[in-house]
Amino acid sequence: MIKAILIFNNHGKPRLIRFYQYFAEEMQQQIIRETFHLVSKRDDNVCNFLEGGSLIGGSDYKLIYRHYATLYFVFCVDSSESELGILDLIQGGLSAAPARAVSAVKNMNLPEIPRNINIGDLNIKVPSLSPF
Amino acid sequence: MALKIVKGSIDRMFDKNLQDLVRGIRNHKEDEAKYISTCIDEIKQELKQDNIAVKANAVCKLTYLQMLGYDVSWAAFNIVEVMSSSKFTYKRIGYLAASQCFHESTDVIMLTTNQIRKDLSSPNQYDTGVALTGLSCFVTPDLARDLANDIMTLMSHTKPYIRKKAVLIMYKVFLKYPESLRPAFPRLKEKLEDPDPGVQSAAVNVICELARRNPKNYLSLAPLFFKLMTSSTNNWVLIKIIKLFGALTPLEPRLGKKLIEPLTNLIHSTSAMSLLYECVNTVIAVLISLSSGMPNHSASIQLCVQKLRILIEDSDQNLKYLGLLAMSKILKTHPKSVQSHKDLILQCLDDKDESIRLRALDLLYGMVSKKNLMEIVKKLMLHVDKAEGTTYRDELLTKIIDICSQSNYQYITNFEWYISILVELTRLEGTRHGQLIASQMLDVAIRVKAIRVFAVAQMATLLDNAHLMTGNVQRKGICEVLYAAAWICGEFSEHLENPMQTLEAMLRPKVATLPGHIQAVYVQNAAKLFATVLKNQEGNTDGTAAQETSQLMIDRLPLFVQSANLEVQERASCILQLVKYIQKLQQKDVEVAEEVIALFAGELNPVAPKAQKKVPVPEGLNLDAWINEPPSESESEDEQPKAIFAKEEPKHSRARHTEVDEKELAKRREVRKQEQANNPFYIKASPSSQKVYQEAPGVEHIPVVQIDLSVPLKVPGLPMSDQYVKLEEERRQKERVEKKKKEKKKRKEKRSGRGKKHDSGPESEEDITPAHMVDIVTEEMPENALPSDDDDKDPNDPHKALDIDLDNLVEMAARRPLADSEKKLPVRSHRAAEALKSPAEDAEAESPASQEPKKKSSKEKREKKKDKDGDRKKSKDEKKKKKHKREEKGEDLLGGQADEPVVQSEETREVAAPPASNAAEVSDLDFWLSNAPVPSNAQEKEAAPLAAAEAAPVPETASGPAPDSEPDEPKDTEPEETKSSKHKKKKQKKEKEEKEKKKKKKHHHHHHHSDGGGEESVQNGTVEEEEPLPPMSNYCLLAENSYIKMVKITFSPTKENDIQGNLQDGSQVVVSIIFENKCDNFLKSMEFNVLDSLNSKLQRPEGSGPHDGLTVPFQLPPGVSNEARFVFTVQSIVMSQKLKGTLTFIEKSEDSSTHEKLDFKLHFTCSSYLITTPCYSDAFAKLLESGDLKCSSVKLEGVNMPFHHLLARICFHHHFSVVERVDSCASMYSRSIQGHHVCLLVKTSAQTVTIDAKCDEPTLLGNVLDEIKQTFSQC
Repeated sequence: MIKAILIFNNHGKPRLIRFYQYFAEEMQQQIIRETFHLVSKRDDNVCNFLEGGSLIGGSDYKLIYRHYATLYFVFCVDSSESELGILDLIQGGLSAAPARAVSAVKNMNLPEIPRNINIGDLNIKVPSLSPF
Repeated sequence: MALKIVKGSIDRMFDKNLQDLVRGIRNHKEDEAKYISTCIDEIKQELKQDNIAVKANAVCKLTYLQMLGYDVSWAAFNIVEVMSSSKFTYKRIGYLAASQCFHESTDVIMLTTNQIRKDLSSPNQYDTGVALTGLSCFVTPDLARDLANDIMTLMSHTKPYIRKKAVLIMYKVFLKYPESLRPAFPRLKEKLEDPDPGVQSAAVNVICELARRNPKNYLSLAPLFFKLMTSSTNNWVLIKIIKLFGALTPLEPRLGKKLIEPLTNLIHSTSAMSLLYECVNTVIAVLISLSSGMPNHSASIQLCVQKLRILIEDSDQNLKYLGLLAMSKILKTHPKSVQSHKDLILQCLDDKDESIRLRALDLLYGMVSKKNLMEIVKKLMLHVDKAEGTTYRDELLTKIIDICSQSNYQYITNFEWYISILVELTRLEGTRHGQLIASQMLDVAIRVKAIRVFAVAQMATLLDNAHLMTGNVQRKGICEVLYAAAWICGEFSEHLENPMQTLEAMLRPKVATLPGHIQAVYVQNAAKLFATVLKNQEGNTDGTAAQETSQLMIDRLPLFVQSANLEVQERASCILQLVKYIQKLQQKDVEVAEEVIALFAGELNPVAPKAQKKVPVPEGLNLDAWINEPPSESESEDEQPKAIFAKEEPKHSRARHTEVDEKELAKRREVRKQEQANNPFYIKASPSSQKVYQEAPGVEHIPVVQIDLSVPLKVPGLPMSDQYVKLEEERRQKERVEKKKKEKKKRKEKRSGRGKKHDSGPESEEDITPAHMVDIVTEEMPENALPSDDDDKDPNDPHKALDIDLDNLVEMAARRPLADSEKKLPVRSHRAAEALKSPAEDAEAESPASQEPKKKSSKEKREKKKDKDGDRKKSKDEKKKKKHKREEKGEDLLGGQADEPVVQSEETREVAAPPASNAAEVSDLDFWLSNAPVPSNAQEKEAAPLAAAEAAPVPETASGPAPDSEPDEPKDTEPEETKSSKHKKKKQKKEKEEKEKKKKKKHHHHHHHSDGGGEESVQNGTVEEEEPLPPMSNYCLLAENSYIKMVKITFSPTKENDIQGNLQDGSQVVVSIIFENKCDNFLKSMEFNVLDSLNSKLQRPEGSGPHDGLTVPFQLPPGVSNEARFVFTVQSIVMSQKLKGTLTFIEKSEDSSTHEKLDFKLHFTCSSYLITTPCYSDAFAKLLESGDLKCSSVKLEGVNMPFHHLLARICFHHHFSVVERVDSCASMYSRSIQGHHVCLLVKTSAQTVTIDAKCDEPTLLGNVLDEIKQTFSQC
C-alpha cells in the first residue's frame, strides 16, 4: 500500500503532500524534512530506492522517488508494492497529472510530457492537460 | 438586499484566492510566518461569513496552509459546513480539506455521518465518489460501523467508477471495523470477476492487502487467483497477484508446484521488467517453500539466477539494486547457484551507488566459504582503505566481522589470520565500532584456546602502541579495543613472552586519559599480570626483581586511586593495599607468588547470551504463588516492589529494581547536594587531580602524537593479514600435496584433528583443514534450557483483528438459513437443554400425532427407495470413474489413504445438497492443488464432491472403523491398536459402566412412562446380552506417521483419540486422547493446540488467548502412554468437523533436548454428536408418524455378519440404541446433543442391509448415514 506521496522542490518546500495514514502536522513536516534530507543528498545517477526512513513505517517501508528538474516525487510504500511499478507510476502518471496542480505555483519545469507513455508494456495514456 | 449581495460580491473580489495566497507567500520570503498569520486572520474572518463560496475559498486556502505544516484543526467545523454544501465544487473542497486534516480524534467527525450517508446515496456519481475518497482518509471505527452497509451496497453500483472506489474503501472499513469483513467478503470475492478491469483490479488490491497479513485465511482463493493470473493481461493486477502468491506459497507447498510453470512462462514471455522481477521473486519464494526435496527445480533456480544476472548487469541502477535484493533471497536456500556469480557481486562493490554496495555486501555475507573467505575479506579490506571517513566504511567493517564470525566462525580456517585482521581494523580512523572489534577479540581469545598464545602476543603489542589509539578525539571509538587487549593480556598472562613489559605498558600515566571502564579493566588486569610476573621472578632470581615489580605497582597505582571513576578508584585502592601487603611479606622473604596467583585462579567459561533467561523453572516451584499471605491493599506502597518481585520473571524484576535504585539514588543525590549547598562548612570539590595531571604535562599538545594519528603507521610487531593469506595458501598447497601422497600410499581416511565445527562445512571445502587444532568452546547453557522464546506480534497491528477464517465463513454463510430456521423453533432449543428426556414425551408434546395410517408412509418410503436406487446406479458409475481418477493421482496428498472407499460425498450430494457444496468449497483447494492441469469450470464442479471425499480420509479413520480386531476379518491390524489394547479394555469397561448407568436411567423412565402410557416396549436396549460380541474400539489413530516419519524415525509418539459426545453441556464434546511415547527418550512439555474453527472451539482455561495451547498435564517416559481429555464446544452439529492441530513437545535425551511437533487433524464425525438414548416403541412410533422428520435411506451390500453384530456395531460406533427387533428387522434410535431425533429402520436379507432413516435434520441424517455406510464398507 502507498502510505504517503510527497512532492517537494529542491529546497524541501512541500508542493503536494498526501498522507494515507494520519500524522499530526508537526510529524508530517518532520517526515518531509527527513525524507528531503535522505533524498537530496543522493546523486541523480544512483538507484531510486531508499530503505529506512525512520519516521514512517519502519523496516517494511521503502521510499521510492524520482527527481525531475526542481521537483522530487517521493512515494512511501510498504512491501506489497512493486518497486518498479511505483517508479513507472511516478514517471508515467504523476509527472503528468500534478502538472496542473503544480504549475499553479508556476515553478514547474517538467520534462516534455508525452501523450502516451510506454514503459515496458505498461501503457499509460496521459490526460490532455489544460494549459495554464 | 440587492445592495448587500452586490457588496458581498465586491468584497469577494478582494478576497485572496488560493493562487493569491501562494503568490503572496512567495513574495514574502523573508517574513513568511508573519504573512501567513495575517492570512490566517483573514481566513478566520471569511469563515465567519454566511456566504458558502467565501467559506469554501477560505477552506481551500487552509488546506494549502495545512500542507505547509500549520494546524488548521480549529476550522474543523467549517470544513464540515463546506462538505455539506450542495454544490459539487464546494463539496469537493470540503472533502479534500477533511481528508487532509481529519483523524480519529477529531470530534466533529461524528457530525458528518449523516452527511456522508446522504452523499453516498446521491444520484450524482461524483458526489458519491468524492465522499468515498474523503472517507477513505478519515474513516473512524464509528463511521465504519455506521456506513459499512451503505458502502457494501455501493460495491454493486451500476457505475464502475463507484464500484471501484467502494471496493477500495472497504479495506479501510475492514481495518477500522473488523466485523464487517465477514459479511462483505463474499461480495468482495465476487468483484474479483467484475467485468470492469478497474473494479477487478481494486478487488485484487484489497484482497492482496488483506491476505498479506493473514495469508492462511485466503488460501482457498488460490484457484481463483490462479485463473486470474493465467487469464489477465493487466500487468498491475498480475504484479499484485504474483506478489500475493509469494505470500501464500510458504503455507501451501503444493501451490508452489503448481505455480512454477505459469510463472516460468511469464518470465520468458513478458517484456515488462517490473512483472519479470515480481515473477522471479515469487519463484524464489516457491523454491524456498519447496526447500530441498525437489531436485528437478534446479532449472528454475538457474533461470532465476540468470535473469537476475541480467538485471544486475543492466546499466539501470534500479534494476541492479533489485537484482541484488532478489539474489540475496535465493542465497538463503541455494547458495551454490549464487556463488558462481561472485565476480559480478564483487564488481558491485565498486559501484558508485552506496545502496548497491551495501546490497552487494549483504550478498557476500552468504557467499563466503572456507575457500574464499580470505580472498573476499582481503578485497573488502581494500575497500575499507579506499572508503575513508564515510559511514560506508563503518558498514564495511561490521560486514567484515559479520562475515567472519557467522555461524560460530564456521568459515575461518586460520584464526591467526582473523586476529590479525581484527588488529588491522583497529587502525581505522573514526570508526564507531571499537566495541564490536573488542568483543570479537574477546570472543575468539576465550573460545579458541589454541589461538591464545598468538592473541596475547598481538594484544600486548596493541597495549604497547596504545598511544596510537588514545589522545585524538576522533579515535575515541577505537580505544574500546584496549579494553579487550588489557583483559586478554591479563587473563591469559601465562602466555605472555614479556609480561613485565606489558605490565609497564598498562601502568603508563597516559592510561588515565582512557574512559573509566577501560581503566578499571587495566587496573584489574595489571594485578593479574603482577601475579604472573611475581611467579616468574620468584622462580628465577633472588627477591630483588620481585620487589622492584611491587614497587612499580605501588608507584603507579596511586594515579588510579585518584580517579574520578568509582570503579577505577575502588579497584585501584584495593589492589594498592594488597600490593603493599605483598611488599611487606617480600621484605620478610616470604614466597607469595602462589597465593597471589590463587587470587585469579580458575578459568572463565563463555556463557550463552540467553542462558540466564532460559533456566527452566524447576518443578514444584510456582513463581505466581504467594510466599507469604498477600499484603492487604491498605498496606503502604513500600511493599509494592516485593509483590512485583514475587509475580514477575526474574529478568523483569532485575530491570525494575535498578530503575528504582537509580531513582532513589538520584533523589538522594539531590538531597545531598542541597544539604551541601546549605552547609557553609562543606568544602567543595577542587578540580580533580586527574585533570591537573592532564594539564600539567600537556599531553594533548605533543605534536608527535598528532602525526602518528594521521598516518596509519605500520607498527613493528603487528603482523599484516596479507602475510597470513600467503602463508595460508602455501600451507594449503603443502597440505594438498601431502594429502595426495598419503592417498596414493594408503588411501586412508581423512586426517583427524578437525574441529567439530568444521565437519558441517560444504563438501567441496572438505579438503581444507584448519591451520591448527581449534576447539571452539561452546557456550554454556543451563540444563533443560528452553529452546525458543516467542516473539509476540505487535499487539497494535490493526490486521490482527482481521485474522478471520474465511473458509468457515463461507460455510457458515451457506448454513445460516438453517440456523435461522432452527432459532425460529424455540421448543427445540429448550429440548436441547434436557437432552436426557425420553423423546417420546417430546414427540407427544410437539406433534398432535398425525393419524395417517402407517402403511401409507411405508409405501411412500418404498417409492422413494426405488428412486434412490436409480440414483445410486447412476452415481455408482460416476463413482467408478472418480475412483479411477483418484488412483491416478496417487498418494501425493494425504498419502496412505488410497484404500479408502469413496462413499461419503456421494450420499452427501444426494441427501443434502447444501452441505455437500460447502464441503466442496473447503476442499476445492485440495483438489485443485493436487490436480496438475489448469482447471476449467466444468472440471471444478465435477471435482468438488470428489475433493470432499478426498479430504475425508481422516474423518473416515476417526469415524470409528475399528474393524481390526474383528475375528472374521482378513484386514491387517494397525500396530497401535494392539499396543493400546490395555486402554481399549479400560475404555470398554467405561463404556459398559456408562451403559449400565443409562440402563438404570432407562428403567427410571420406563416406569415413569408406563404410568402414563400403558403399552410395554419390547427389547428396549442394546443387543449385547444375546451373544458374545467381537471386541470393538472407537479408538483410532489420530496423527499419522506421515508427518512424523520425516522428522524423526526413532521417536514418533502415537496418539489415539476417541470422540464422545458428552451430556454435560448441550454443545460440548470431549475428546480423550492417549499419548503414547514410542521412542527411547523422555517426552515432556507437551502442548496441545488446535486451530479453532468458527464452529468448534477448544475450551481453554480462562484468561488464555484463542491461540494458546493447552499443556498436557503429564510427561511421558519411554514406552509409556497416558490419556488426556480435551473439551470442545461445538455450535452446529449437522456437519462433521475437522480441526487442525499441533502437538509440540520436547524430546529429552541424555545430552540434548529437541523441540518437536506433530500435526494432526481432529475429526468430529456426526456420530460423535449422537448420544445413546433409550426409546420406547410407542414413543418411537409416534415420532415416526409426527411427520416432521425427513426421510432418507441407504443400502449396504455384501455385509457378511450376523444381524446382531451389525446392530451392535451401529450401537457402538454410532451411539444408537435398539428400540425393537423382530427377526431380521430392527428399529433404532438416537438423539444428538442438540436434541435432533434420529430413527433407523434396519432390515437385512441375504447380505444386503437396507437402512431407512428419519431425522428432523436432513443434513445430519445424511452425514450419519454416510458414516454408518463407511463403517460397514470397511468390513
